[in-house]
Amino acid sequence: MLEKVKEIVAENLGADINTLTEETSFKDDLGADSLDLFEMVMALEEEYGKEIPTEDLEQLTTIGEVVDYLSK
Amino acid sequence: MIGKICGTGSYIPPKILSNDDLSEMVETNDEWIRERTGVRNRHIAEHETASFMAAEAAKRALENSGVSPEEIDLILVASSSPDVIFPSVACEVQKEIQAVNAAGYDMQAACTGFVFAYQSAQAYIAAGFYKTILAIGTETLSSMVDWSDRGTCILFGDGAGAAVIRAAEGTAYLPAAHSDGCRGDALVCRSRFSSEFVEAFKKTGETPKDTYISMDGRGVFQFAVKSVPQIVTEVLDKAGLGTEDIDWFILHQANKRIVESVAKRLKTDIGKFPMNLQEYGNTSSASIPILLDEMNRDGRLEKGQKIVIAGFGAGLSWGASILEW
Repeated sequence: MLEKVKEIVAENLGADINTLTEETSFKDDLGADSLDLFEMVMALEEEYGKEIPTEDLEQLTTIGEVVDYLSK
Repeated sequence: MIGKICGTGSYIPPKILSNDDLSEMVETNDEWIRERTGVRNRHIAEHETASFMAAEAAKRALENSGVSPEEIDLILVASSSPDVIFPSVACEVQKEIQAVNAAGYDMQAACTGFVFAYQSAQAYIAAGFYKTILAIGTETLSSMVDWSDRGTCILFGDGAGAAVIRAAEGTAYLPAAHSDGCRGDALVCRSRFSSEFVEAFKKTGETPKDTYISMDGRGVFQFAVKSVPQIVTEVLDKAGLGTEDIDWFILHQANKRIVESVAKRLKTDIGKFPMNLQEYGNTSSASIPILLDEMNRDGRLEKGQKIVIAGFGAGLSWGASILEW
């Protein structure tokens, strides 16, 4: 799942996939703002068929956190 | 017969409210607003009403088209912020421009309003009901905006745009149009004429919050970036055309980030997606005809070009049409 999430992050936030790790922070490392995250979350929802409520977004700040969240 | 746009006009109120002005009213700043919306300025009506601006835009469209007011058969006005409940804005425009032979009425589909008005005009012309139709989008959203809500007050502006649509020979394109009332809560402005409001106002003397525009930002953004590429693809499929056949994609000017995302999803050069929201903000039903008028007058629109217009907004509602200039 990590690889797929990285792919989605790279595509939506315009990042080089090779630089992404579990620790990569969307905001601090990739300069993403709320609208970038909305687009990325939309792609994740489509990929995993899971709804991610807005109130959960705050806790999803790194790639690792997203993977943990989706694995639950 | 199809309807062809033979003239355009617009009216923008001169008073400008910049991002810096807004940063003195609410906790925000120019950089934040520009990054997330693309908007730098918006124009705000002072003495102007939706009807006044509609009539001014109409006069300029008539002048541009060479059509006389007596030749207008129908006036269709899309507006969510009329200054009158009745008579309609269309009738106020008729009075002002002396379109003595026209029938007129208003239609409300928020930011999709002008696209739906354009589609209605096409249907009327195809059916042989009318030959010459004046379609207008006009908004004074500043009166509906909660100026203490930094999430919405940065977005909107006032203005009007008009197009004269005339029966002519040409290729007919089927429209694409949708509504989804089940998701209507994402973007709401309740009427100040509701008994609920009147009661609340009597008690507190204050305008209840829900009679200002309220928006689920994430919901509306995601709706737009998903639905607009879909409806553009739908209208192109119906015509057997691809994005490469289209010269301009004139989208409702809600937010730069939405326009950029749509271009990316359609894998189409952003240069084909003109924008003027930097200067006007989101003018709802007026945004597409204002941009059409700007491009018509500065020569970007050339005879024979194919254009997709696409609107989306409260309802939820969304629609797209193909037109040949």
